[in-house]
Amino acid sequence: MDTVHACFEEKIGEVLLPGDVFSFRLPESGDGSIKTGPGLRRNGEEVQVYKSGILRHKQPNMYWIDSQQRRVRVLDSHHVIGIVTAKSGDIFKVDVGGSEQASLSYLAFEGATKRNRPNVQVGDLVYGQFTIANKDMEPKLVCIDSCGRANGMGVFGADGLLFKLSLGLMRRLLAPQSEIAKDLEKIFPFELVVGMNGRVWSCENMTSQQRQTLFKRVAEGSL
Amino acid sequence: MRDTPLSNCERRFLLKAIEEKKRLDGRQTYDYRNIKISFGTDYGCCIVELGRTRVLGQVSCELVPPKDSRPTEGIMFFNLELSPMASPAFEPNRQSELLVMLNRQLERCLRNSKCIDTESLCVVSGEKVWQIRVDVHVLNHDGNLMDAASIAAISALSHFRRPDVAIQGRDITVFSPEERDPIPLSIYHMPICVSFAFFLQGSYLLVDPCEREERVKDGLLVIAMNKHREICSIQSSGGIMLLKDQVLRCSKIASVKVSEITELINKALENDRKIRKEGGKFGFAESMPKERITTLKRDEAPVEMTDVKETANEIVNRTETPTEAVSSPVLVAMGTAQVGEGIVNSWGLDEDEEDEPQTEDTKTDEVLVISDSEEEEVVILNEEAQKSTKPCKQK
Repeated sequence: MDTVHACFEEKIGEVLLPGDVFSFRLPESGDGSIKTGPGLRRNGEEVQVYKSGILRHKQPNMYWIDSQQRRVRVLDSHHVIGIVTAKSGDIFKVDVGGSEQASLSYLAFEGATKRNRPNVQVGDLVYGQFTIANKDMEPKLVCIDSCGRANGMGVFGADGLLFKLSLGLMRRLLAPQSEIAKDLEKIFPFELVVGMNGRVWSCENMTSQQRQTLFKRVAEGSL
Repeated sequence: MRDTPLSNCERRFLLKAIEEKKRLDGRQTYDYRNIKISFGTDYGCCIVELGRTRVLGQVSCELVPPKDSRPTEGIMFFNLELSPMASPAFEPNRQSELLVMLNRQLERCLRNSKCIDTESLCVVSGEKVWQIRVDVHVLNHDGNLMDAASIAAISALSHFRRPDVAIQGRDITVFSPEERDPIPLSIYHMPICVSFAFFLQGSYLLVDPCEREERVKDGLLVIAMNKHREICSIQSSGGIMLLKDQVLRCSKIASVKVSEITELINKALENDRKIRKEGGKFGFAESMPKERITTLKRDEAPVEMTDVKETANEIVNRTETPTEAVSSPVLVAMGTAQVGEGIVNSWGLDEDEEDEPQTEDTKTDEVLVISDSEEEEVVILNEEAQKSTKPCKQK
């Protein structure tokens, strides 16, 4: 079932199956290396596909397979939405959807000191990034970046709704030129927080009047 | 494993939506989710799907000595289990409050209402009676387990057939389903539970709450009723104060819902009975929808359409008419037939085997052995209608 392809470029945007093999072809420009992302594995002189999906390319030399899966693989510095489940001593226990709860220190917020504790209650939503996220250790979240600024992270969400999305849709929302976000902007004003664990929080500030008109338009199918 | 906790913003959102009479999935206040009832191949097995909540009910029976206090009555035994696959919050072998509550409500609904005639389950008074055991397993938890469990239990009981027995003096013969048709249980009425969830200190109510709504509820009212508008059991939990007219209103809503659901159950039972009688396929495999992924998808390609008619006519005139491809069926023996003659064995492995077909023309009374297995000879009965043909030697 192996098909040997001459080079990657022909297959960008096409569906590939596990077992397809590329022989190594160095591009003329660049430092002569190819970066393989998820779905591709290097095997000596060849690059093998081990997940079925569409081949994607990012300049200058990154290739990966876009596949559908339900299991989230979260790495360091991924931003996620977590729900605070417990306060114990100096840390908060946050549920991020994994088998273990992540720990979030109360000092990991912008402007937090021992005297000035952040106002976080059990059940609040936090947007943070991982400093430790591997399968052997307890995950650790922080709401602060390396310079000490919040940069959009922290406690949020007095109103609005938290819901789950498929990973593919979440990646499309997070893409830099996301068409979905642009289309939604035209319809109604909203705030959106997307976590890499598949959770999305959204809120809109419309009056009841505006909401009624929007529902009517949706019901007519004019959107 | 712990269930995902409910965040404060979700709770606020749900309560605000309920105040505005809106539900997450777009239902109205008194709407039920889609109910789907399907039966398995064995009698007494039933799966109920209430939206995404799935519950399996299985009925079985056994001959046991009766209770001392009631020697002429059969025994009913109910058991509900929360499978860990239903929700991450369910752990195996853990007696949670929910499990106890569901078990007790199911027992009260079905046992105390006397919906099954237990006297008819008696075989030999004081010695042998039927024990009917109803097991309900929760396969997926998306809210409102009580309703789904009661529908599954009563549907499975209505579908169940117990073996026939004959009593001669003190001897009991239990007939297997092949010897004598099994007998259905005698069911007087069908009690069905309807759940009402109350929010914000009893000011708002919802019928058939889904899992998210159940988490923010204040209290729950479960009314078990049958289609004759008789209330079999009422239970209120959560400690909320309900007014009399609220309870009356709930019972009115429940009677409407129960008659709809009873009709659905009867229709499902009728369908199953019809399919079994006609000999069609039944069981869970048939009730699952076939999901096919289309594998061939091509982009539109332009087709050259100039002089299509002329070239088509030319081709038609040039080719000959195809020969008649219909061959008359050939009877090898009564009850068998052969269409076409098959192709001569082209493997060319053994010399002697190729000579055999020619010599069999004259011997038409002989038994035609078609298989070359090493088992006993294949005997074709009723050889009168054999015609002389070249049998197809299959390898």
